[in-house]
Amino acid sequence: MPHLEITDLSAAYEADAKVLKDVNMTVDKGEIVSLIGPSGSGKSTLLRVLMGLLRPVGGQVVLDGDAIDYTSKSSLRHVRDRCAIVFQQYNLFQNMNVMRNVSIAPIKIKGWDKKTVEAEAADLLAKVGLADKHKAYPDELSGGQQQRVAIARALALKPEVLLLDEVTSALDPELVNEVLDAIRVLASEGMTMIIVSHEMAFVREVSSKVVMMDEGTVVEAGPPAQIFDAPKTRRAQEFVSKILRH
Amino acid sequence: MDYTFQFGEATRHLPYLLGGAWLSLQIGFLAFWGGAIIGLLGALGKEWGGPVVRGLVNAYVVFFTNTPGLVQIFFLVYALPEVGILLPPYWAVLIGLILNSGAYLTEIQRAGFTSVRRTELEAAETLGMSLMQSVRYVVIPHIAKVLFAPLSNFYIWIVLGTSMAAIFGVEELTGRAINISSSNFRTIEVFIITAAIYIAITVVASLILALIGRHGFRVKAKIF
Amino acid sequence: MLERLISEAPRFFNYYNTVFLLQAMGNTLLMTVIGCGVGFILGFIIVYLRRSEGLAWLPVRMVLIAYVETFRRIPFLVILFIVLFGVQGIGIQVSLFGVAMISIAIIATAFISEIIRAGFDSIHQTQWDTASAMNFNRLQTLWYVVLPQSWKVILPPAFAFMVMFIKDTALASQLGVVELTFAGKILANRGISAILVYGTILALYFALSYPLTRLGAWMEKRFASPGNH
Ligand SMILES: Nc1ncnc2c1ncn2[C@@H]1O[C@H](COP(=O)(O)OP(=O)(O)OP(=O)(O)O)[C@@H](O)[C@H]1O
Ligand SMILES: [Mg+2]
Repeated sequence: MPHLEITDLSAAYEADAKVLKDVNMTVDKGEIVSLIGPSGSGKSTLLRVLMGLLRPVGGQVVLDGDAIDYTSKSSLRHVRDRCAIVFQQYNLFQNMNVMRNVSIAPIKIKGWDKKTVEAEAADLLAKVGLADKHKAYPDELSGGQQQRVAIARALALKPEVLLLDEVTSALDPELVNEVLDAIRVLASEGMTMIIVSHEMAFVREVSSKVVMMDEGTVVEAGPPAQIFDAPKTRRAQEFVSKILRH
Repeated sequence: MDYTFQFGEATRHLPYLLGGAWLSLQIGFLAFWGGAIIGLLGALGKEWGGPVVRGLVNAYVVFFTNTPGLVQIFFLVYALPEVGILLPPYWAVLIGLILNSGAYLTEIQRAGFTSVRRTELEAAETLGMSLMQSVRYVVIPHIAKVLFAPLSNFYIWIVLGTSMAAIFGVEELTGRAINISSSNFRTIEVFIITAAIYIAITVVASLILALIGRHGFRVKAKIF
Repeated sequence: MLERLISEAPRFFNYYNTVFLLQAMGNTLLMTVIGCGVGFILGFIIVYLRRSEGLAWLPVRMVLIAYVETFRRIPFLVILFIVLFGVQGIGIQVSLFGVAMISIAIIATAFISEIIRAGFDSIHQTQWDTASAMNFNRLQTLWYVVLPQSWKVILPPAFAFMVMFIKDTALASQLGVVELTFAGKILANRGISAILVYGTILALYFALSYPLTRLGAWMEKRFASPGNH
């Protein structure tokens, strides 16, 4: 049984314009699924829908055997309890220092013990290379540092599934690797992840499955070798040849 | 808690109240434009006047914006007779409101002046405009656009402010409501209808101002 | 005239009158602060409820929007009369001071809720989304994320509103609330020179309003400067 199963999922920002059309996808436990596709194809929207930030208009999502009802508060709480998302623009809480950003939700929302949470937060921050930045505020950090705080913040929630939305695209090239390294460590530890990324070499290296989207639908899904070396659909061939050319 | 509203009796007075509303709008109009002229002079004085003029304008603005209009009018009505100046209540109210709004409008219009950047004037100069032309085509449209929204809001504010004229026996909307209520049991209904009329006239005024702003000054005014 | 002022001044500024005026001044400040304080709390609740979601809350949202839009368009004097006759009609005992405070709160709620709403709107939507993705509920998001970031935007205009309302409370004298303006009326009715009395009243309002206006301006400048958390 897959850990996360998405069936015929549709979503729209405005009533008459669907930006996700019958998306199907499965994610097994410990699997790393990468979402690729041109800009505007609906990758971020899919992650937003999974987190309940945008209500789907059709289809269903099953997490660990439970169908999620996005209209129900308790069901939403359940998903958000198990999944965590890291946004493209980090979205750190501007009024909190690094330690507080990472520890606030576990302490105040999950109600975990403060001392334990802070000790674990310190470990996580060390893991992403920010052991000396506990007291810094977001506006005192570089983009790469902020993004690593955002990853630590998501991990502090101990999610079963981690959603990463183009976590390197807002970063300068020399900062990209420090963030990718942090993700590689997670991959080696067996974290289940859905990654949206334009870093094709990285996608190829870490993913167990690559899902290519275009105009709100899944064009092709399969292991990296298939998608990058022998895509079956024309649309995937075009996209891959275009991105691999440079 | 056994009070039952009966608007029937109160609505009989609607035409009388609407007549009062018309007077409120007139007083508001005069107070606004009188204040606007004073405010324009004040703003010019504060921007380009010498130290004495600036000092005087400042004193005027600071005094009138930090004391209640009502007490200013009390002063005009009750204190001035002691030095031999007797103003009819209507005039005392009007002068008080004009002086009061003149002080606020000095500040508002000055903010409009200072929003014109020197670079804008320089840009106009490089386009070969004369001083008069740049004032005509650049400075005034710019100031009008910046000032339109705050002036519109102030206009609504002054219309509501005219209700204090009732205290001096002027029979504008609130004054007429007080007149009716002193000879009628349905007092609260009368005042609720009065409130509704104030809402109606200010909403209409806002709508008209928004339309003027949108078409005349290219201001995207938020009506509500 | 000047002789009259000079001869009356010592009699006017006797111990009794001075205390009376200072107490009246205290009442003016007190009803403004309490009325606006209540307005601030209710305004916050209104904004909170206006951010509710779902069809079930739609009627509540509509009523609140109607409240905010209408009560900013009714003169304070008219509100005072409505509240006065309203409490009489209902038959509950409220002091005149209480009537004035309720009236101030009614208007302040409408205006301050708009100030608070603008403050919350100044916080980027992504901060709200991020918090809800981490299971913060609306109140927790406001308390931990939005308020700490927006109070600097909210406080200066809310404070300015309160300072402005100090002057509007003069209208409460019409009901007989013993605040500064009413105190002036009482003294003037005792035959003391109106120039002296109302001149003093104006000066006292000024003494109340001017320092607070400056404080508000300082606050605005202080909060606008970036880099303090
Ligand atoms: N808040 C929004 N309101 C309305 N439409 C939106 C909104 N966000 C995204 N869209 C539209 O939804 C579609 C999918 O957008 P989405 O952000 O999911 O694309 P994406 O695949 O993440 O693209 P990118 O690679 O540029 O991030 C686009 O057509 C976009 O214009
Ligand atoms: Mg995206």
